Amino acid sequence: MLGLNNKKDFTLLLVVAALTLLAPFVLNPFPSDSAMAQFNAGYPDLMQRFVIFGIFAVGFNILFGLTGYLSFGHAAFLGVGSYASVWMFKLLSYNIVPAILLAVVMASIFALLIGYVSLRRSGIYFSILTLAFAQMSFALAYSVLSNPKFNLTNGETGLQVYANDPQVFHRAGLPDVPHLFGLSMRSTYTMDVGAWSFSFNVGYYISAIVLLLVFYLAIRIFRSPFGMMLRAIKSNQTRMSYTGLNPRPYTLAAFVISGAYAGLAGGLMAAMDPLAGAERMQWTASGEVVLMTILGGTGTLIGPILGAGFIKYFENIFSKINDTVLHQWFAFMPDGMEDFMVFVIKPFVGKGWNLTLGIMFMLVVIFLPGGLVEGGQRLGKWIKNRGKSKDSPAKTEPAE
Amino acid sequence: MSKSNFTRRGVLKTGAVAGAGVALPTIFTAQSASASGYTNEPTGSNVTLGFNVPQTGPYADEGNDELLAQQLAVEHLNGMGDGGCLNTFTSKALKGNGILGKKVDFVTGDTQTKSDAARASAKTMIEKDGAIMINGGSSSGVAVAVQGLCQEAGVIFMAGLTHSNDTTGKDRKANGFRHFFNAYMSAAALAPVLAKELGADRRAYHLTADYTWGWTQEESIVASTEAMGWETVNAVKTPLASTDFSSYIAPVLNSGADVLVLNHYGGNMVNSLTNAVQFGLLDKLVNGKDFKIVVPLYSELMAAGAGENIKGVLGSMNYNWQLDNEGSRAFVKSFGEKYGKPPSNSAQTCYAQVLLYADACERAGTFNPCGVVEALEGFEFDGLGNGSTLYRAEDHQCFKDVLVVRGAQNPTNQYDTLEIVEVTPAAQVTYPPNHPMFGGDEASLGECNKGA
Amino acid sequence: MDAILLQILNGLDKGSAYALIALGLTLIFGTLGVVNFAHGALFMLGAFCAVTLSKLLQLSFVTIDATKKDFLGNPLKVETPYVEAWFGPEIGASIIDWAVPLSILLAIPVMIAVGLIMERGLIKHFYKREHADQILVTFGLAIVLQEVIKYYFGANPIQTPPPDALTGVANLGAWFGFDLPYPIWRIVYFSFAALVIFGVFAFLQFTTFGMVVRAGMADRETVGLLGINIDRRFTIMFAIAAAVAGLAGVMYAPINPPNYHMGMDFLVLSFVVVVVGGMGSLPGAVAAGFLLGILESFASTTWATTTIPGINQIIIYVVAIIVLLTRPRGLMGRKGVMED
Repeated sequence: MLGLNNKKDFTLLLVVAALTLLAPFVLNPFPSDSAMAQFNAGYPDLMQRFVIFGIFAVGFNILFGLTGYLSFGHAAFLGVGSYASVWMFKLLSYNIVPAILLAVVMASIFALLIGYVSLRRSGIYFSILTLAFAQMSFALAYSVLSNPKFNLTNGETGLQVYANDPQVFHRAGLPDVPHLFGLSMRSTYTMDVGAWSFSFNVGYYISAIVLLLVFYLAIRIFRSPFGMMLRAIKSNQTRMSYTGLNPRPYTLAAFVISGAYAGLAGGLMAAMDPLAGAERMQWTASGEVVLMTILGGTGTLIGPILGAGFIKYFENIFSKINDTVLHQWFAFMPDGMEDFMVFVIKPFVGKGWNLTLGIMFMLVVIFLPGGLVEGGQRLGKWIKNRGKSKDSPAKTEPAE
Repeated sequence: MSKSNFTRRGVLKTGAVAGAGVALPTIFTAQSASASGYTNEPTGSNVTLGFNVPQTGPYADEGNDELLAQQLAVEHLNGMGDGGCLNTFTSKALKGNGILGKKVDFVTGDTQTKSDAARASAKTMIEKDGAIMINGGSSSGVAVAVQGLCQEAGVIFMAGLTHSNDTTGKDRKANGFRHFFNAYMSAAALAPVLAKELGADRRAYHLTADYTWGWTQEESIVASTEAMGWETVNAVKTPLASTDFSSYIAPVLNSGADVLVLNHYGGNMVNSLTNAVQFGLLDKLVNGKDFKIVVPLYSELMAAGAGENIKGVLGSMNYNWQLDNEGSRAFVKSFGEKYGKPPSNSAQTCYAQVLLYADACERAGTFNPCGVVEALEGFEFDGLGNGSTLYRAEDHQCFKDVLVVRGAQNPTNQYDTLEIVEVTPAAQVTYPPNHPMFGGDEASLGECNKGA
Repeated sequence: MDAILLQILNGLDKGSAYALIALGLTLIFGTLGVVNFAHGALFMLGAFCAVTLSKLLQLSFVTIDATKKDFLGNPLKVETPYVEAWFGPEIGASIIDWAVPLSILLAIPVMIAVGLIMERGLIKHFYKREHADQILVTFGLAIVLQEVIKYYFGANPIQTPPPDALTGVANLGAWFGFDLPYPIWRIVYFSFAALVIFGVFAFLQFTTFGMVVRAGMADRETVGLLGINIDRRFTIMFAIAAAVAGLAGVMYAPINPPNYHMGMDFLVLSFVVVVVGGMGSLPGAVAAGFLLGILESFASTTWATTTIPGINQIIIYVVAIIVLLTRPRGLMGRKGVMED
């Protein structure tokens, strides 16, 4: 179906479609007044982030998962995409279509240039080359390219739309925020069901549909002869060369495709929130997508999306748990006990959310070498094998 | 609570289009959209404020201080503790029963001192927690970014520590207010003191952090020191990511300059000042004068980080806990007794802003951002620690006395490392709202946005 | 002329820190084949050894002086360090004054212990894993170490001054008849770094242990076949690498006040240094460290930044790109090692 020969792939696509389209329900399992509402993630901003970073990571995985080339500079393409989009908003109008198109085009051109140079080397040398290019882009965007004479990036504050920008196609009836032919990215429909509250946001659903499209594309790439070629590069490049095939054009194509994915993600980010900050291009941001991919499961289709969700969830939910919230949770306990519990948990939440993230990285990579996907597989196997002989070795196979 | 800028019909249509196959079962009853007048209108017995401060990264300690102050303000608003500045505030609208009779709650978020992360965190507070205003922060880039977001979302933003002229200059917004002072004010307050203490014929060398805030501060200081007769020998931009400034300090030695101005903040300032002292600049005699270092923007945490090196170094501050007036005493007592240390100047800013916001709501009789804006514009008051203060209507910048401070030679404890040299009256640091450094005639607040 | 000399000195100084961190990184890579993203954190831990010791030495008991007031108007609590009470005010004060150099004695055992625990407890299980997994786990560890330090010491930098005798400026040019003032502690730092680097090289070059390690780096299997327990020696090398990073951190504390994220600031640069020097090449790492330090210093002069705006921000990366494209195995990498 849909050109997917493998039934498993089709099921996977259906699962992802169901998850993304029903996300407002899935991510809001707790009634909005309960203490557990702290863990609800079904609000527009975070849902948008989940899918946008999902797109970013899926694209990164096409390069890293298939060819094994570890780029440490992919955030630069995301940043370029964001800047390109915001410039479109400034010059043309708030319509997201030209903005996202230009984002993808600019990011692809950047990826072509950087990829052409960087791919002359492989292994850690390739990583350092991409890192160097990305760090250069960040440093220039942060300061040099934002000087008053030639302000391309607006530096520290980030590029944004001002009232006196040309916006030549802007008309009176159109919303003053990014929109799709008049349909505002911000508009949200809130549905209250008993104690629960679910929000359906236009921006989220547009991003989600884009995610489904590019996810489908990723499946096709993974299963295509081109994908096979990329895997061959990963397993043995030398042998491939001996068969008379030049691996360079294939890796470069993969690099550009993943750069375009990053640009798309950057464009969508700008569409959801029309501001492009230089920090988006910093090496820590590039590192983040690497972590998302490895955490979720390198080379698997759904892994990167899971990894992206995992990291963004920690960043946005755990960082907001403060003392007051903790005291509320444990209010039912006797005073001394309550203080003790708060004391124990406090270092790991709120301003300590980084600590929890670090610990999770270590735990996942130590105990689940295949990332979260392997965790899911083991869980599935355990459920299947319950009642059978309990020491059947947990064999892992890639979840593609 | 519904956040939408669409009519009910439009929303339903939207839902149908965007849902793409998610049929809405009829058993769900949708709450009618846009019945509320403005974003996050509080409907229950509580009202939620959003405190958005850096909790990770280099400014985490400063963010923590802001958070403590904001928690204290919430306590005072809800009638707990000793009431702090509620007793000294000249506006008597607040009664210690919350705001407009609603109990004050707060949520916190982490800006990470990054524009993107700060906006994400503010959006979370607005979309998920129903925050009616956003307060705090520790960088101008973040302040401008979050201010833009709050303008679009239709909530009030009160910046924390932000010193760039742009925040209430070319990037001013109707929904945003700034209690903190700015680079222009620092320069205007410092210049006369510098002339008096160091003489009017100095040669200055600037090291400037290479981003927007650094540039506006350099521009302001250069303008006001040159106006009084100083010469600017050189102005060098240093990358934000620099950790070691030796290669920027070394050329100062032979430049013929006799004053070094460090337009740096936070970790940059701590390191550049430490390096400058290491290179013996303060022991040098140039052009027959003692070499001096000026740090235009001081903070208590930077002073602590720089340790002994700040002795005798001049700078300016928005507030200092040693300031002797009724409001300041009440605040320092309240903060000190609760947390065992005196408040920093960013803590005072955030505390005052929470009270001011609450007071404006009381006086306006509504949480509607446009009503609050109206109540705050042109508002004059005293008793929050800074002396007599005005919130100017044209640019939402606050005008009050600016402190010129110096690193103390003989501090008696770890908290009085800075001493107040002069309290520059507000009149001396006031500028016209269309000043060229503040966006000129083009800069405008725009319309207040109540969202929804 | 003296301006150029000054920048060379600055470069050597910056380069010392790069070289020491890169030396450890490349040592770990060369012996265990592990990419250690926690190496910057080890540098940071070293610096916090100095902070900890100086805080320990200043541990005080409190007496109340009713004649003075604190900021709330209560009687002032006067703190007297125990050290001063035990050894008398003068000796006590000078012990506190020499806290940073004394920290070396603390840092060596602490960092070796940290290195051994890290290697045996974590890194050991990652020899055969992909580089990506090694990066993830060591990066996670780096975050954890940072956050632990932040929890106890806060995020603000902590001033850790050098001993009084070693503060101030020495005129290096005095012997040659010109003016070349340079901070004494920075000279100490450079000399110390040179000593440590020399020590590591001598250890590898002139001891049997070092010879075996070098042989193991060249051909691990053959050495193993000879019946030598190479793993144990590599573990010890990991601990030594950790100690080198730690020592670099201890002595760096007075130059720039330590904060919890200082390791990350050095991490990326050290990786660039290692690669420019040539993966697994010890002399390469040292040479590249000094070279990049000096280039960075020169790029930040007014002359350079006016010629090419922003050059001070990107110079290291430009050099890295040029070196990698023209000389893939790095400046001193051996032919055939990690070269494509």
